Amino acid sequence: MTKRMFALLSVLVIASMALAACGTGGPAAGSESTLKIVSSLPMTGASLTQTQTIVNAMQLRVDQAGGKACGGKYTVTYEPWDDASAALGKWDPAVETENANKAAADPTIVAYLGTFNSGAAKLSIPILNQAGPLAMISPANTYPGLTHFVEGQTEANEPDVYYPSGARNYARVAATDDLKGKVIANFLVSQNIQTLYILDDQEVYGKGVADSVNAASTAAGITVVAQEGYDPKAADYKALMTKISTSNAGGPPDAVFLGAIVDNNSAQVLKDKVAIMGDNETVRFVGPDGLYTAALIEGAGDAAEGAFATTPGLARKDLGEAGTKFYADYAAKFGDTNEPYAILGYDAMSAALKAIEDVCAAGGDPTDRAAVNDAVFAIKDFEGALGTWSFDENGDITLPFYLVGQVQGGEYVAFGTYTP
Amino acid sequence: MNSSLFRRFVRPIIAIAVIYLVLLIGPVASLDFPVIVSSIKANPPQLVQFLIIGLANGAIVAIIALGYTMVYGIIELINFAHGDVYMIGVFTALTTLSLTGTLTSQDPAYIAFGIFIALVVAIAVCAGLNAAIEKLAYRRLRNAPRLAPLISAIGMSFIVENIGLIWAGQSWLVPSFGTTGGGAQKEFPDLLSRMFRNMDLDPNLLASSGLGLRFTIKDLLVIVLAAVLMIGLRFFIQKTRLGKAMRATAQNRDAAKMMGIDIDLVITATFLIGGGLAGAAGLMAGLYNNNAWWFMGFRAGLQSFTAAVLGGIGNITGAMLGGFLIGLLAAFSDGYLNARWTNAWVFATLVLILLFRPTGLLGEQVGQKA
Repeated sequence: MTKRMFALLSVLVIASMALAACGTGGPAAGSESTLKIVSSLPMTGASLTQTQTIVNAMQLRVDQAGGKACGGKYTVTYEPWDDASAALGKWDPAVETENANKAAADPTIVAYLGTFNSGAAKLSIPILNQAGPLAMISPANTYPGLTHFVEGQTEANEPDVYYPSGARNYARVAATDDLKGKVIANFLVSQNIQTLYILDDQEVYGKGVADSVNAASTAAGITVVAQEGYDPKAADYKALMTKISTSNAGGPPDAVFLGAIVDNNSAQVLKDKVAIMGDNETVRFVGPDGLYTAALIEGAGDAAEGAFATTPGLARKDLGEAGTKFYADYAAKFGDTNEPYAILGYDAMSAALKAIEDVCAAGGDPTDRAAVNDAVFAIKDFEGALGTWSFDENGDITLPFYLVGQVQGGEYVAFGTYTP
Repeated sequence: MNSSLFRRFVRPIIAIAVIYLVLLIGPVASLDFPVIVSSIKANPPQLVQFLIIGLANGAIVAIIALGYTMVYGIIELINFAHGDVYMIGVFTALTTLSLTGTLTSQDPAYIAFGIFIALVVAIAVCAGLNAAIEKLAYRRLRNAPRLAPLISAIGMSFIVENIGLIWAGQSWLVPSFGTTGGGAQKEFPDLLSRMFRNMDLDPNLLASSGLGLRFTIKDLLVIVLAAVLMIGLRFFIQKTRLGKAMRATAQNRDAAKMMGIDIDLVITATFLIGGGLAGAAGLMAGLYNNNAWWFMGFRAGLQSFTAAVLGGIGNITGAMLGGFLIGLLAAFSDGYLNARWTNAWVFATLVLILLFRPTGLLGEQVGQKA
């Protein structure tokens, strides 16, 4: 190619790029008044059981709004994105980063509902923080360091390290692990547990919740025999359980707490615990919300009977009118569900839609990401499906209720509602 | 570098450095000798318990390792899909047990019969799958550069894993797979214990010893079956005509061809036997750990490949030895150290052993280069 032709081509390419830029950068015409909301959740692997119900609930909420906002001026579309890969079988750092960058680059996206895993949020918050900032609302993240500092549980530079622009853009409807620890300790005390052995899967979520249970149980007067990390890919844990069976002055502890998600071989841990130390009546088994799923019961079979797990939210029987209506509407469309995250997904979507409406009501432009983000943080005394709640200045929900469920007859049933 | 120089000076220095580091950093990673000694003293029978657990887990690793080592011995290919063939073995066994009604049966004789049928089916399916993988992904690349079949092996591994992922979601085959999809672990019912209980026997064979030890029928079956399979395989390799042909092909493929050995047949037979062993290991692992998971082949494959290298690649006795060693190391680390560090200690030990015996414990048995 000659030099002259190259120059001509370059000019053409640049000109076409400039024209294209004019097209998207122009003032919002009638056809372009679309607001897009995306979710980024792991939809490949064991978590799909939980994330599918979140996506269903979010879709339900958008459908109930008729896919419109601000009195019909804007069309609201919802796209569920997957942040997992088949290669890992769970959330993949590369995919989550890619999702965040994709969202940052699409100007029609005004809210990013995710993530499911706290480790994933660590990657996407800073990217979206510098893209507007674009508001993130998580239905599931519980690691406290994403929003606030907790002595001994979060890193010294958290949470500021996630917000390079200085503004906050991340809120969540799930209660955080630092509260979860206290809730579980309160539950253990109520069950007369005196000695506790703690295992964790060595991930941000699992170790985080195990650390907070450790601190809160010790403070509540429970003897923590030891806290240990386990290999989430091992074939079995019989040797580990044999050691635990004599760890408490020659005998087993009263209870074993497992800080883990179900993808990390939790069913095998539970099965080997029962095989070596006896059923869940003899030595109690307690897990966090990551284990509050039918997938644990299908994996562990009879060994799951009697196991406890906590989850954010109220016992269904304790929910208000809006919550009861949510479950009825959900059941009508997708069939009944006992997965606890569904209602959180619903309120996360509700919060995003409310923020858009609030911007319009104040005469603002809902395509302005920063305005939507400010409106998310301004949500106060919101009548959601969970109850009446607000976001505090850190973006944390002010309704820290926890449900403790117990496996009875092959499914989780509500055992009681506990508070920090 | 001159290898004798390496042997004389560099290796001892590295060894001293490693020992120093172990003693220095050991307690951080919970390798604290006084603590370990005191916990052994506090409960001596537990040492035997960890030995039993380690042997049983090692037996499964060892049988999978046989498949790696045989294939590598003959065509010098790391068959990355081998661990996943083992996973398919678990699912095949579980599905067969379900379709024959064994999963819900309470009759000890019928359970024993069902397990036998599952063993035969798992061996047949995995042998066929492994041979099909060879024909599909490796045969055409036999004379290609070494990296090409390696990449296609990784590809096959992903394909087989995804077959497992789909399989685990088919609850019409096995009702207990449930409704949560194929991603999570699925239960493999504890049939052997049920069988024994229904015969009014205690599944724990050492229950009456009073030592508080557990040596269940499951441990016994796994260890015995591993030993039988290994002795059978050794006999086959050493004494039969086909075994002899295999050894000849491993030593020098071209010379074997000149002697009239059908190379394709020998290689197919190797993959059939390796796959069949993986299928048997799948049933054993299912019965022992009571777990079926689409991802279980990955770690099993990694451990067995390590076992094969540790014992000396291509060496059948070595693969067994390596498998048992890895099982024991993991059990003792879980038992006396912190489980958080188990993988670190297992692989650190392996590095140390390979440093002194680069060809593995019993030496490599692969082809001589012309």
